[in-house]
Amino acid sequence: MLSSVVFWLAAAVAIVGAGGVLLARNPVHSALSLVVNLAALGVLFLLLHAEFLAVVEILVYAGAVMVLFLFVVTLLMAGTKTPKEEHRFRLAYQFLLAGLFGFILLVLVAHVMLGADWISSLAGPNVGSFGSIAAFGTALFTQYLLPFELTAVVLLVAVIGVIVLGREHGANR
Amino acid sequence: MATVIIILVKGLVLAILLLSVFGIMTLTERKVLGRFQFRPGPNRVGPGGSLQFVADGLKLLLKEEIIPTGADRFVYLIAPLISLVAALFAFAVIPWGPPLHIFGQTVPMEIGGPNVGILFLFAITSLGVYGLILAGWSSHNKYSLLGGLRSTAQIISYELAMGLSVTGVLIAAGSADLNNIVSAQRNLWFVGPQIVGFVIYVICMVAETNRAPFDLPEAENELVAGYHTEYSGMKWAMFMMAEYINMITVSSLATTLFLGGWHGPWLPPEIWFVIKIALFMFFFIWLRATLPRLRYDRLMAFGWKVLLPVALLNTLATAVWVAIAR
Repeated sequence: MLSSVVFWLAAAVAIVGAGGVLLARNPVHSALSLVVNLAALGVLFLLLHAEFLAVVEILVYAGAVMVLFLFVVTLLMAGTKTPKEEHRFRLAYQFLLAGLFGFILLVLVAHVMLGADWISSLAGPNVGSFGSIAAFGTALFTQYLLPFELTAVVLLVAVIGVIVLGREHGANR
Repeated sequence: MATVIIILVKGLVLAILLLSVFGIMTLTERKVLGRFQFRPGPNRVGPGGSLQFVADGLKLLLKEEIIPTGADRFVYLIAPLISLVAALFAFAVIPWGPPLHIFGQTVPMEIGGPNVGILFLFAITSLGVYGLILAGWSSHNKYSLLGGLRSTAQIISYELAMGLSVTGVLIAAGSADLNNIVSAQRNLWFVGPQIVGFVIYVICMVAETNRAPFDLPEAENELVAGYHTEYSGMKWAMFMMAEYINMITVSSLATTLFLGGWHGPWLPPEIWFVIKIALFMFFFIWLRATLPRLRYDRLMAFGWKVLLPVALLNTLATAVWVAIAR
């Protein structure tokens, strides 16, 4: 009972936040809406007993990634005004394309969701250690070891790339 | 239903407690700072100046609220709220005593005890930085903006070292649940085996709460007052409340992780918990009275080039030690 109330509240907040990202005219407001959306997603993860994922969602995405987003946005926006919309109608065919792809995505998601039979089985009150740090770590380092290691390599490449690109041009130090 | 009521009551009591401690702390800080500087400190309102915080509070309540021209009104208004709410929320998972047995029910002293307890605390405190950066941006003032940006960079940088300094304790205790961490220290406080982690944590906790000597976001000789330059009255007071409550929270976490939580001989556990927090709070004031502010680039270099690698090494050493001991 209580959990379904929380679910609908969090779902509504998540959708409002997602809408805010798209509709806000000010980039800072967009970023803030995304934070609201991510926090609501964290609550949804909690309802699924995925405590670790919920906390990581907030800690990493809402707490670190979005803060850096805001950092860049506020720095770039300093002293500038919000751009006025002069080219709204030039975007007509982008609207069409986005609508098409959005529809395809929606159909795919709906197909997966409706075809799944795990929804009812997960809703039980006792899910054991599912979602705990230990269960998460075990899965990460056994079943998903290869993707995990590959991600580490990708991150390393990104770090090296940042250092190379961020170096001052012409400086041979 | 009973659990919901218990949680609500605990939340209310805790919020009132934290906010009253804030009032008392402002007075204590002014008095202790005064002693450090060979002056009596506030001593006019009430006996020995003991009612000074009431006068301060009244003054702030009655002060005119100013919203600068060109400010983003909505963001400007919610920024202090974000800071305060995040600060109050973070304390919810701190166990400040053993479970209470009352009316045939066992009531844990913390409001919620998720098995990811400490991560939850870090997640919530990482949201507090939004208050600072949004306050800086929405004030439409270059000093505020610079203060907000500095605070963001500083808090993100020191959050990493802080998180890593704590992993040693998590590995040694074998749990992220704060209650398990406290009971793991029944015989030996982690401040002994985890002394490196403790030192790093204490440095980072001062940086995370924007206190001297790491109070660069509000460095008054460069940035007027940093992110809260344009704030006045109760909105300014909310930032102060958030700062002091954050100090209490990081002190409680230090107590819980390294100083055995509420464990202690003779006295009741809650008293022990308060004593340990009070020691940390005094340490905060002591630092402020003693150390000059760091230069900004030194601060960042120190965080990234010293604290982070040492914290990593500490984690590695602890993991190796635990693996061998097992």
